[in-house]
Amino acid sequence: MSLTLATARRVLAQLSYDRRTVALILLLPCLIVGLVAWMFHGTPVLDQFGPVLVGFFPLFVMFLVTSVAMQRERSSGTLERLMTTSLRKGDLVAGYALAFGGFAVVQALVVVGFALLVGMDVAGSLGLVILVALLDALLGCTLGLAASAVARTEFQAVQMMPLVIIPQLITCGVLMPRDQMPQVLEWLSRVMPLTYAVEALQHLAAGATWRDVQGAIGVIALWIVGGAVLAGLTLRRRTQ
Amino acid sequence: MAVCARGLRAVRGGKSVLDGIDLEVSPGQVVGLLGPSGSGKTTLLRAIVGVQANVSGEVQALGLPAGSSALRRRIGYATQAASIYLDLTVMQNLRHFAALAGLRGTAARKAAHEAVDAVGLGAQAGQRAGTLSGGERSRTSLAATLVGDPELLVLDEPTVGLDPVLRRDLWNLFHRLARQGRTLLVSSHVMDEATRCDRLVLLRQGAILADTTPPELLAQTGAPDAEAAFLALIDAAGGVR
Repeated sequence: MSLTLATARRVLAQLSYDRRTVALILLLPCLIVGLVAWMFHGTPVLDQFGPVLVGFFPLFVMFLVTSVAMQRERSSGTLERLMTTSLRKGDLVAGYALAFGGFAVVQALVVVGFALLVGMDVAGSLGLVILVALLDALLGCTLGLAASAVARTEFQAVQMMPLVIIPQLITCGVLMPRDQMPQVLEWLSRVMPLTYAVEALQHLAAGATWRDVQGAIGVIALWIVGGAVLAGLTLRRRTQ
Repeated sequence: MAVCARGLRAVRGGKSVLDGIDLEVSPGQVVGLLGPSGSGKTTLLRAIVGVQANVSGEVQALGLPAGSSALRRRIGYATQAASIYLDLTVMQNLRHFAALAGLRGTAARKAAHEAVDAVGLGAQAGQRAGTLSGGERSRTSLAATLVGDPELLVLDEPTVGLDPVLRRDLWNLFHRLARQGRTLLVSSHVMDEATRCDRLVLLRQGAILADTTPPELLAQTGAPDAEAAFLALIDAAGGVR
């Protein structure tokens, strides 16, 4: 546990020196939400798309940041050094998740606050909206750590993002209702976690309660655990 | 035995890199591992630390099979490239590796300060590692190994690119640690450094060419210095340089 905290502290210290990244992570989602609000001013579009953006950004940004951060650990040799210490693989994954999860809470508060400010209506619990955003961030974090193992270079690490995230965005039910999709894509939609995040957020915006969204939240939580296990499995103490 | 290898072989990319190494190192020694680049020095060190894949034969460190989890707090490994966080300060790096070595609070702070002084980077402690020179980075990486006070130190070319004064200081540090009972395996491809070790292991093409002491090496070959002695040994072995 203390090594998990040491890792989280180290990751946050690294992040604290990169003020521009911090600012981009916090302000970029607001910019996009602001653009949508401006473009569809006076229509209910923001009520529909606002929740999607609130769910999508934490996943997207945390995936990108952690996959590149872990790729840097691999290429700089620090991962090799970490693997010679008594740090367990779980400590490393949990340390990253803790640091970026904490950061994601701030991101979720900022983006949800901004979306409300520019006119998104949320009839359900705001706390649950933030919880879903936070879970999405943790999911992005664990999937990003796992994806970095597949990437040999930083260029490849960046490309993992469209590979893992964009198909989820396409099939999550926003572009086309799920029952109109080709059979295979509908199955894909039912498996992918972003579908459940978007669904939960749209329901919450429409006034749903914990009881209505607990199933979707459970699926996201399972994916986070799966991502963390996968990330742990990709860490090797012995390498070529 | 601090290190014990028998019939150690390693394969990388389908090529044999270590070809049946037998090596025993007793505690409290500074052992120099020398040889040209590509001779297998790094692979041998990695096999002893237990991070090299595709090894066969027997390797033990501090009486346990290499790579045992119980060894992780007892062995310190400094890779050839400085493996530190360039976006953190020297002190933040050392505090982090102190925490990973199990040190807390004041003990961690004290160990970090001692390590930074041992490598002569006290003045740069608050500086971010990315702004350091190459030699300073590699000393920070060495300090990150020292901070946990391991029993066995495996150092891959720790003195490369350093000026003579720093090199002398570091070798003095290595001997001071050995007198305290630590064992050091230090690789180098600079033959001059051979004379600073208690014992020399010369590696060539994945095999041990000679296992000797600096005075013996010179006496045996009649060469004026370590580099000439090494060349004489290679010629005697009838191999290509």
